[in-house]
Amino acid sequence: MSQRSVMPGFRPSLGYTLLYLGLIVLIPLSTLVFESFKLNWHDYLQIISSKRILSSFQVSFLASLIAASVATVFGFITAWVLVRYSFFGKNIFHALIDLPFALPTAVAGIVLATLFQPSGLLGKFLLTTFGIQVAFKPLGIVVALIFISIPFVVRTVEPVLLEFETSMEEAGSSLGASRWQVFTKIIFPNVFPALLTGFALSFARGVGEYGSVIFIAGNIPYVSEIVPLLIVIKLEQFDIPGATAIALTMLVISFLLLFIINLLQHWARKRSGQL
Amino acid sequence: MTTQIHPIQHTKKISKNISIQDPLWVRWLLITISIGFISLFICVPLGLVIFQAFSKGITAYFSALSQPDTLSAIKLTLLVAIVTVPLNTLFGVTAAWTITRFDFPGKSLLTTLIDLPFSVSPVISGLIFVLLFGAQGWFGEWLMAHDIKIIFAAPGIILATVFITFPFVARQLIPLMQEMGHQEEEAALSLGAGGWKTFFSVTLPNIKWALLYGVLLCNARAMGEFGAVSVVSGHIRGLTNTLPLHVEVSYNDYDVIGAFASASILAGLAIVTLILKTVLEWKQTTR
Amino acid sequence: MSILLSDISKNFGTFAALHHINLEVPEGELVALLGPSGCGKTTLLRIIAGLEYTDKGKVIINGEDKTQQNVSQRGIGFVFQHYALFRHMTVFENVAFGLRVKPRHSRPSNEVINKKVHALLELVQLDWLHSRYPDQLSGGQRQRIALARALAVEPSVLLLDEPFGALDASVRKDLRLWLRNLHHDLNVTSIFVTHDQEEAMEVASQVVVLNQGQIEQQGSPSEIYDHPANAFVSRFIGQTNVFDLNEHDNDWLKTAGIINVNSTGRIAHVRPHDILIEKSDNLQDATAVLKDWQHLGALIRLELVKNDISNSKKPVFAEMPKEQFKELALRIGDVVKLKIRQAHWFD
Repeated sequence: MSQRSVMPGFRPSLGYTLLYLGLIVLIPLSTLVFESFKLNWHDYLQIISSKRILSSFQVSFLASLIAASVATVFGFITAWVLVRYSFFGKNIFHALIDLPFALPTAVAGIVLATLFQPSGLLGKFLLTTFGIQVAFKPLGIVVALIFISIPFVVRTVEPVLLEFETSMEEAGSSLGASRWQVFTKIIFPNVFPALLTGFALSFARGVGEYGSVIFIAGNIPYVSEIVPLLIVIKLEQFDIPGATAIALTMLVISFLLLFIINLLQHWARKRSGQL
Repeated sequence: MTTQIHPIQHTKKISKNISIQDPLWVRWLLITISIGFISLFICVPLGLVIFQAFSKGITAYFSALSQPDTLSAIKLTLLVAIVTVPLNTLFGVTAAWTITRFDFPGKSLLTTLIDLPFSVSPVISGLIFVLLFGAQGWFGEWLMAHDIKIIFAAPGIILATVFITFPFVARQLIPLMQEMGHQEEEAALSLGAGGWKTFFSVTLPNIKWALLYGVLLCNARAMGEFGAVSVVSGHIRGLTNTLPLHVEVSYNDYDVIGAFASASILAGLAIVTLILKTVLEWKQTTR
Repeated sequence: MSILLSDISKNFGTFAALHHINLEVPEGELVALLGPSGCGKTTLLRIIAGLEYTDKGKVIINGEDKTQQNVSQRGIGFVFQHYALFRHMTVFENVAFGLRVKPRHSRPSNEVINKKVHALLELVQLDWLHSRYPDQLSGGQRQRIALARALAVEPSVLLLDEPFGALDASVRKDLRLWLRNLHHDLNVTSIFVTHDQEEAMEVASQVVVLNQGQIEQQGSPSEIYDHPANAFVSRFIGQTNVFDLNEHDNDWLKTAGIINVNSTGRIAHVRPHDILIEKSDNLQDATAVLKDWQHLGALIRLELVKNDISNSKKPVFAEMPKEQFKELALRIGDVVKLKIRQAHWFD
């Protein structure tokens, strides 16, 4: 076991930590795995390969991908502005970034749906001027997921920008680099791993998100149904095996994607000398 | 997963050195873009909640809030938070103490496992409790035989919420306590203080702001959780609807005032959370 | 109180931090544990304190076996490297802490605590800071508060981990002297860890030189300086010139007086001040060329290159008082004669 330490309470605190973790997280989560053992491979494929489920996976992953990308670009700009510039009302602005963390998803859901529905404040404007309908379309899902993703990107990039050695920039410009060159060759490579992290967090959250999406999505089969909604639908039909199969697939795909993104991050950190 | 968010910021003055200053037009452009983006996605929605809630006047707003179903949803939401937050706070402190004050094999695995609920979709978080305690679940028959209701009742809602908010407190404390190191605690021990005394007089005062911060975030999520709770609650009005679920039900019934009145309470909670959060961040940095 | 360590060994994973340490510290001594970083000196200090448990061996303080005793019962005073002051408590509360956490039956009354803390703060000459917080103090002040805090519980043994490590050079000088005087007044057995040989020599009454988890030598500063037990100690304590018989021209070494009837080894260590320099007028002399020289305050350090048949271009360093250097009126490029007073021989 461990080296004996002078700090008090190792056994009871480790014991309590493991017990609580086991009871609340590990045992419940393992039911998902055990439950799926009841399905044989054939049944599993049958459930997963239904057209409605396949298209929901496509909708969920694609919408999350687009939303995370948009949030990464704008989140980076926002973090940059917050760290580097000063302007009137910056503190309030700074606090508001976290609203999507703090605002219950159901509230976000009904607000965004009301705002972007064809008769809504922004929905009407977009529909009449550009002919774009947001709500009840896959685009609505993207909008809801962007809302959810903003703080993930801003809050991961911000500390990196804060700790960034500005003397590196000064060194760059003293060696004759233009401001744009300093940005692309010095700042961006250093921030890139954090951007990837922010992207990964947004993406993972987006795939699993439920509350803020279902109101604006319209939930049209084959068009704008997301994976978590299908799990709920299966459950409402008391189709436990169906719900389990979808849930497990979703978990496995999300973990795989996160694993790949982690590898990418590792590679990016290595390349920029942060490892 | 090595991903980490650092919500506690340290504001630092960036030098106004000319060589690293962006041109004025770039500054204005970027500020405009980000303010536009944040206004569109955050300020407008927030304003709309208030606008919609009061669109039929103050009387309609308050009569919507005083509906028995709304009141019982508020009560249930409070109950959930009162049970969940202390449980996860106790766990968070214990887990942080274990992980940052001792070396043992499997420590990094433990840290990863604590974060696990963050990477699970809320709907799946609800589903696993249905698999355990639902009518067709592992303990379903036994529970039925003993007439104990977990799913479609308050215990299931609380369990799912505890699962969802599980990592919040631990996650705030672990990086802070890691950074703090053991020296002050060792000093206390060397001066003859016992374990509890050391914890309460040295550790706790040093982590109190981060602890409150974690509790605050945990509470906000516990009161606002929707996906997981919606799976286990069964949406029984006046009985198993929490406030977020009540928002959904009212909205789907085209009761706009009711939905937005309830939503305004939750939005108020979010704003209070943000204000306290800002205060705590400030306390933390000027400690 | 005396401290006796017998056969202490400690491993961190596969790294052996300490092996088979035996050490006796008589009552009232001020001992320096001296060694390069990573030599195990801090680990040894923490084992004496009870902040770390030893894998093997015994810690005996004043005849009592304390090996298994928890740090909070050991009754030692420990001054941490970065002081570890409680940053949420005032200076007064920091110093009072050890008294306030005593079990109720032996806890002094508030007046007694009050008196005692102020007395200690006066002892470290910082009573006027009693209501400040640690963040508002300078490094030297924090150091002294940390010491006062450790002394408050009347420890049987005082242990200090790199007590001057984080301080400015000038503050460090003052505090060294102050610590020495304080120890003289209090006469509590004390051990401090340092990697700075000058500090060890100046402050301690006994120096223990550690390297790679083992004790190389223990003795008074002059013993260690004048009779280093081995090449490591000789090199670690002060600057030294190394002459290897296999590399250098033995004839030159003989003429310079390094090799003589007492020579017993292969490698000679010569302190810079043991080299006498004169102007050379004889081709039979062991000569060297003055390459450069530096001011070291009252002393001048000469950087010399030997005129011998070996190809060693390693410079030889010699030191002499400033007045003598002026008298000799040496210039860069001059040929000088070397006479070596004393050498230490190692294998």
